[in-house]
Amino acid sequence: MSTPHPSSQRDPSRFNPRLKARARIGAAFHVACFLATALGIVVLGVLLFDIARDGWSHLSIGLITNSASYMASRAGIKPALVGSLWMMAVTTLIAFPLGVATAIWLEEYSGESRWKSFVEMNIANLAGVPSIVYGILGLAVFVHFMSLGRSVLAGALTLALLILPVVIIASQEAIKAVPNSIRLGAYALGATRWETTRFHVFPLALPGILTGTILALSRAVGEAAPLIVVGALAYVAFVPMSPLDTFTVMPIQIFNWISDARTEFHGLAAASILVLLAFLLTMNAAAIFLRNRYSRKN
Amino acid sequence: MQAEKSAQARSDAGRRVVRRHRTESFVGAVLLLCSIVSILTTMGIVVVLLMESVAFFRDVPVFEFLLGTRWSPQFQNPHYGVLPLLTGSVLIALLAGAVALPLGLAAAVYLSEYARPRARAVLKPVLEVLAGIPTVVYGYFALTFVTPMIKVFLPATETYNAMSAAIVMGIMIIPMVSSLSEDAMNAVPRSLREGAYALGATKFEVASRTVVPAALSGIIASFILAISRAIGETMIVTIAAGAKANLTLNPLEGVQTMTAYIAQVTTGEAPHGSIEYKTIFAVGLLLFMITLLMNLLSNVVLRRFREVYE
Repeated sequence: MSTPHPSSQRDPSRFNPRLKARARIGAAFHVACFLATALGIVVLGVLLFDIARDGWSHLSIGLITNSASYMASRAGIKPALVGSLWMMAVTTLIAFPLGVATAIWLEEYSGESRWKSFVEMNIANLAGVPSIVYGILGLAVFVHFMSLGRSVLAGALTLALLILPVVIIASQEAIKAVPNSIRLGAYALGATRWETTRFHVFPLALPGILTGTILALSRAVGEAAPLIVVGALAYVAFVPMSPLDTFTVMPIQIFNWISDARTEFHGLAAASILVLLAFLLTMNAAAIFLRNRYSRKN
Repeated sequence: MQAEKSAQARSDAGRRVVRRHRTESFVGAVLLLCSIVSILTTMGIVVVLLMESVAFFRDVPVFEFLLGTRWSPQFQNPHYGVLPLLTGSVLIALLAGAVALPLGLAAAVYLSEYARPRARAVLKPVLEVLAGIPTVVYGYFALTFVTPMIKVFLPATETYNAMSAAIVMGIMIIPMVSSLSEDAMNAVPRSLREGAYALGATKFEVASRTVVPAALSGIIASFILAISRAIGETMIVTIAAGAKANLTLNPLEGVQTMTAYIAQVTTGEAPHGSIEYKTIFAVGLLLFMITLLMNLLSNVVLRRFREVYE
């Protein structure tokens, strides 16, 4: 009776660590969390497989070289593909300079002013505005008020405003990552603020800015909603030749074919999705390539 | 000769200084102008939505719009009650949330607490691919894959239904929940976890009773943002949920959301200036206000209720 016992053995009712049960709950939770993570990835795989299965047999050179047609066997995405390229080019020309300039102003020129925090808060809110609302803005301002009509330019201006917050935020991050010693060195040699920015900060930040811009553009290429509102849906048989021509883009062509009651067009939609995904994959690979090259240099 | 030269050099240098100063102030002004574009965008959105909505509300009383239960602007005898569209949006967003919030949170816990660095380096980017897939692609998947699957189990399901759009949208917003929540969990200091371990907690207890509560403000903010994103999503619901304004809470029926209505009207040719044209601005204003409020709310949650460490 006088032998000393560990406290838990002397009075088991007082403390019960239930180690086995807790370990079991822990293991179950670990598995559950892993499954949740894996589920998203499995669905991604199923989605890609399903679309590849539906679209594979419709993939052909004709799909890319033919124009839209009311016959599924002759229909292609050439006007939509060229329209998407136009849209990308014009959107870049508008959003890139505006976005980079805004980011440079915020990071290098504004100082810590109230105006700066106001602009930043505004940009953060713009990033959360639904894309279709940008479409409504584009319809009222670019299509009707500025009388650009349902043109490439009106669509590109709309998309440029849509991705502007993303370009600005990505460019700001890239500029922030440039070490301050670079700026101080340039100032010490007598450079002005613009010379410092133009010749020292900007070149170092450029790969990061480009990565962010490409990712933002890949979002723009996949967007359909704002362009439907701006009026890109019209049946387009011809390739746009100037920024004032009517247009359609790949996501909208896909949407048209999905909405078609004739199911033979669904295969075409799936095949076009494969083309669109390949297009986006190339853009993302370019962004990753740029980022890796950049991080190796530092 | 020598003096002349140096005077020449001095005035050259002086001119260059003036020129550089001029460039400097010119560039500063141009950059400032560029930064104003983002402000103009916000103002443009608000002004455009308000102006056309005010014109709309001259014809349709605000109360009829907000409380009416029938939405049929294209019919002979038009009704302008937005409730069917609003419940359609909310129903789908909530169902999408029911899919995305638990899965996204569990994925965030896994990535932040359980995954080894190498597994994380693979899983996280692959998961984020989900957020980069164009929404028409999700729409196609919902209509041609998920809806037939639901019909296998529930044959009464309509071809266009809220359920399949919501499930697919839920999958789409998982990365939004998981990456924002994971950021919040990563910000929880190691010492808190070590303290819990020192008291004998298991890994599950550390995750569920220490890390998640400490990161709660960030997690809730990510939930609100994800739901707001779901309310603003257009293509999935336009393709898979149908075009029938329908006041119902049955997810197996087709419903039309606010965004799908806007897309539907602008697909057809609503004449500029007609009342049908104005409806998209009234519905757009409501959509804009809802998403803006939710985004602001998530910001408030993040700021007000953040546990500050360090």
